[in-house]
Amino acid sequence: MALKVVVDMDVCQDHGQCVFAAPEVFALNDDGKLVVLIDEPDESQRTAVEDAADVCPVQAISIEG
Amino acid sequence: MSRVLIAGAGMGALRTAEALRAHGYTDEIVVVGDERHPPYNRPPLSKEALASKPAFEQLAFRHKASVEDVVWRLGESVTSADLAAHTAVLGDGEVLEWDALVAATGVRARVLPIPGGDTVMRHVVRTLDDALELRWLLTEGSRVVILGAGFIGCEVAATATQLGCTVTCVALDPLPMIRPLGPEFAAEMLRRQVGHGVEFRLGVSVAAMTERGETVDLELSDGSVVTADVIVEAVGSVCAVGWLDGNGLQLRDGVLVDSALRPLVDGVPVDGVAVVGDIARFPNPRFGSDSWRVEHWSLPTDTGRRAGAVLGARLAGVGYDEVLDSPFEPLPAFWSDQFDIRLQSYGMPGLADPDGIRLLEGDIATECVVGYHRGDELMGVVGIGMLRVVNGYRDKVGIGRGEMQ
Repeated sequence: MALKVVVDMDVCQDHGQCVFAAPEVFALNDDGKLVVLIDEPDESQRTAVEDAADVCPVQAISIEG
Repeated sequence: MSRVLIAGAGMGALRTAEALRAHGYTDEIVVVGDERHPPYNRPPLSKEALASKPAFEQLAFRHKASVEDVVWRLGESVTSADLAAHTAVLGDGEVLEWDALVAATGVRARVLPIPGGDTVMRHVVRTLDDALELRWLLTEGSRVVILGAGFIGCEVAATATQLGCTVTCVALDPLPMIRPLGPEFAAEMLRRQVGHGVEFRLGVSVAAMTERGETVDLELSDGSVVTADVIVEAVGSVCAVGWLDGNGLQLRDGVLVDSALRPLVDGVPVDGVAVVGDIARFPNPRFGSDSWRVEHWSLPTDTGRRAGAVLGARLAGVGYDEVLDSPFEPLPAFWSDQFDIRLQSYGMPGLADPDGIRLLEGDIATECVVGYHRGDELMGVVGIGMLRVVNGYRDKVGIGRGEMQ
């Protein structure tokens, strides 16, 4: 099963810590709002997105697959 | 079959267990913790979870598949450990043997000794159960007195005010959050808190409490009296390390460890034991030659991963020396939400010289980034808002990390 990144946008508070962990997958836009750049990143991003989920202060990120 | 025993069942315990698995350890992991809940996220307890209905399901950390076979012994505690004999004793007298031990027992809320202070109206906010108990008392119009004006105290002040309570914050410090933030930033935070309706009684202590039916009178050191329906104590923490007594460790302020998080006995590290989270006082060359204990949210993850790597290598007998030699220089990070204010910090602002605190960006009255310098080195940054700008300073924090600010 492919890697899938799901961010609960009702929970996300735009802390942006995930951006440090997985800069190819997450970004803050010009308004400071979180955007997911790639919903289904390549397997090579697994460690990075798992790290991003760990360091999210509000635990809004889940990884499927 | 070997066993890793983790004492404490918070975030640091979970991250250590995950890291042990990630580093190839497949044998038994037993976690013993005195709370009835598996690991959950504590910061919301003074913020959004306290404002709504705190629920374990919303705060629980997800468990990776790799730790599904971890044995969680909740509602129990390790009461003593013998690091030489590799044993630990639980509250009911059961003795557990271990091949590696992780000390992850964290901190308890500090409670002040106050004459007449033995009243059920005193509360703390450390655990989910604390927050559940407190939540139903924060009703519209109730008079809430908060002891302490640090981050937790100020966050609870904001949350209670937003719930319609009348809030008075009593603290010995001259300004809220002054120790990490410095006087100018702290004065601005006071201005904003007061602007939202929080009353502050600063530079005073509580001399006595007198219960009067449903309320408590707090007599302050300046002779004035404040009446409370609810008292919330947020005056710092006490390390839960008494169970490690008798092993020759340095337990004055947490547990003194080396950069591999091994506790030190007469300067010699104890292999097979790791200390993680709030209680680990570890060297961090990013900020100098001292060792520090840091209670920020990011540290249980950083130290848990480090402990998992160190213990995993030792238990496997592979690559231990390499792990010990690898650098460990985590960057502490914290945030705080108070009313419409989001503070974000990186580093250790409290290490700044008294005259080393300078505005780096923006305007302190609106949004800003403040730099905390020791000599020419940037030891920490704190921002009000401006998150992307604050985040841009993250990699410049620490000795020799950034250009001159």
